[in-house]
Amino acid sequence: MSATQSAGPPASPHAQPLPGVVGTLDNPVSDPRLDRVSQNPIFQTLVRERNQYAWVLTGLMLVVYFGFIGLIAFDKALLATKLGGTASLGFYMGMFVIVFAFVLTGIYVARANTRFDRLSAELTRSLAK
Amino acid sequence: MTRALSLLAAGLALGSTPVLAAGPDLGAVQQSATNWPAIGMFLFFVLFTLGITYRAAKGSKSAADFYAAGGGISAGTNSLAIAGDYMSAASFLGISGLVYSSGFDGLIYSTGFLVGWPIVLFLIAERLRNLGKFTFADVASFRLDQTSIRIISATGTLVVVAFYLIAQMVGAGKLIQLLFGLPYLYAVVLVGALMIIYVAFGGMKATTWVQVIKACLLLGGASFMAGAVLYHYAFSPEKLFATAVQTHPKGDAIMAPGGLVSNPIDSLSLGVGLMFGTAGLPHILMRFFTVSDAQAARKSVFYATGLIGYFYILTFIIGFGGIAMLMSDPSYFKLGADGTTYDKIKDMLGGTNMVAVNLANAIGGPYFLGFISAVAFATILAVVAGLTLAGASAISHDLYAQVFARGRTTEKAEVNLSKASAVGIGIVAIVLGYIFENQNVAFMVGLAFSVAASCNFPVLAMSILWRGTTTWGALIGGLVGLVAAVTMVVLSDAVWVKTFGHPAALFPYANPALFSMPLAFVTIWAVSSIDRTRRANRERAAFDAQFVRSETGIGADGAHAH
Repeated sequence: MSATQSAGPPASPHAQPLPGVVGTLDNPVSDPRLDRVSQNPIFQTLVRERNQYAWVLTGLMLVVYFGFIGLIAFDKALLATKLGGTASLGFYMGMFVIVFAFVLTGIYVARANTRFDRLSAELTRSLAK
Repeated sequence: MTRALSLLAAGLALGSTPVLAAGPDLGAVQQSATNWPAIGMFLFFVLFTLGITYRAAKGSKSAADFYAAGGGISAGTNSLAIAGDYMSAASFLGISGLVYSSGFDGLIYSTGFLVGWPIVLFLIAERLRNLGKFTFADVASFRLDQTSIRIISATGTLVVVAFYLIAQMVGAGKLIQLLFGLPYLYAVVLVGALMIIYVAFGGMKATTWVQVIKACLLLGGASFMAGAVLYHYAFSPEKLFATAVQTHPKGDAIMAPGGLVSNPIDSLSLGVGLMFGTAGLPHILMRFFTVSDAQAARKSVFYATGLIGYFYILTFIIGFGGIAMLMSDPSYFKLGADGTTYDKIKDMLGGTNMVAVNLANAIGGPYFLGFISAVAFATILAVVAGLTLAGASAISHDLYAQVFARGRTTEKAEVNLSKASAVGIGIVAIVLGYIFENQNVAFMVGLAFSVAASCNFPVLAMSILWRGTTTWGALIGGLVGLVAAVTMVVLSDAVWVKTFGHPAALFPYANPALFSMPLAFVTIWAVSSIDRTRRANRERAAFDAQFVRSETGIGADGAHAH
């Protein structure tokens, strides 16, 4: 996805090496040059790695959030437990869910900005050959 | 004096029709005496945003300007605009009010509203930017039949926008009622008129800047309030919580899950609706088309998640501050017949949705009350502007241009129709806001999320992630999800019993998403699987081209800037 952005300026340079693979909104054209992209090993690595990463993080978010909601639903007494002061375990867990969500997005973006963007740039170079 | 104003406002909010009719004159006297700061700040905001709208209108020529602000918004600006679009009055006033009345239960909404964002980032944001142009229907219909998919996407969009708008209009009406002593209807008309102006004249550019300014004001104001609350308790959350527990009629129960979700199924269903609803909100999805590329879309979600998470922590502190600082002070309550007793929850002036506003008065006096009121008002304006734009785009870009005109239209005609639609949506919003005056704000937003999770999100996710999705599958599945969500809500306690007055609810839960969303996904899968039409085969074959573009951005529309 980052293929476009490494280029920066609006006139996307990918349009030039691969003018036919554009496919308009109304009519996504199939083109033999598509195979050049989809069979490119860099493309395959990029897609595999990124999708794995995204689905694992999605899974983590689902587990943490629905774990929290599940406790609210099925074990209210546990969440009411005090940890020293007035604040309950449930309060800390709620705060944790909020911080966790933000940290997860940070982890994804850090990975995408480095590894995935580098793969995208490599893919662009490889396709331009 | 402020107390007198508040009492007057409470009289307007709770009083009978004769009091309402007498409102404007009395209100005018009171507001000139007390609340010039509030009016001044509010007018300044309105004039400033109208100035921005004027500039935006001069710079908006093409459809890309109108729908996507030319596509040249930076990631940082877009993240503020996303936060401004998402942090609604229901969040600010509704959640702080919910924390005030039930304590911990407010966190269930706060976390639910936030956890959709990582999902948006991991699965949706970059692909959306790579595939689409102006609306999420562009993406869902990328390889599927334009007419069918745009009909279902636009319908989902308009239903979500309608529910969400109702909540915002009601919040706006109540707020201005409390602040200015204006009758509810005047307030609703004022909000409707302003949002029409922002959207019809300034399009996405004006909407974006209204959202950015509002996000800064809201985050600044809420930070100050939460900071002042913590300062009052020597920056010891423990002291704040201890005071709150002592003061609240429910005592220690406010630190534990309470009655909001008494039913396990209902709490899961609420969670599903909030989490996946975020990924299906049309006005939020539209914001990803205003940035130049997928990388900027990605970064804007990251920053926005931080801003929104921070905001929900603030609303929690503000709600607890309300408990600790307001509940013992009779001047914030409508007193009982004997003049001294009051119910600490039910008798709050303006209702519990006004906790944040009343707390502002307790913290910073009438000037800060005025500022927070102006901010809350700006919050509503920014959200309704985003919603109106999303609704208008669905009507012009999806329904008109692709369904009725079948693509045979000019950009100019489409944009003009969009502007006319904005006017129409504004008028409908005023009418709906008037009809739904006495509904709970946070609850109406829940409805919008359920529909977004049950129609828009399944159609969008399946069309971009699953090769097998066909037009028939997406159309029927989306329709089933939409109808199921709305029907379940209509048959639930909130509507069937409380609004229509039937004796018992036919659907036992308050939140439908746990049932309606899987139903939509399963229907899309099942119908697509048995779809053996020639078109279905073509659509499956076209997945490869879509996949390459969604994953790499090759061929995606670059920035629309000229």
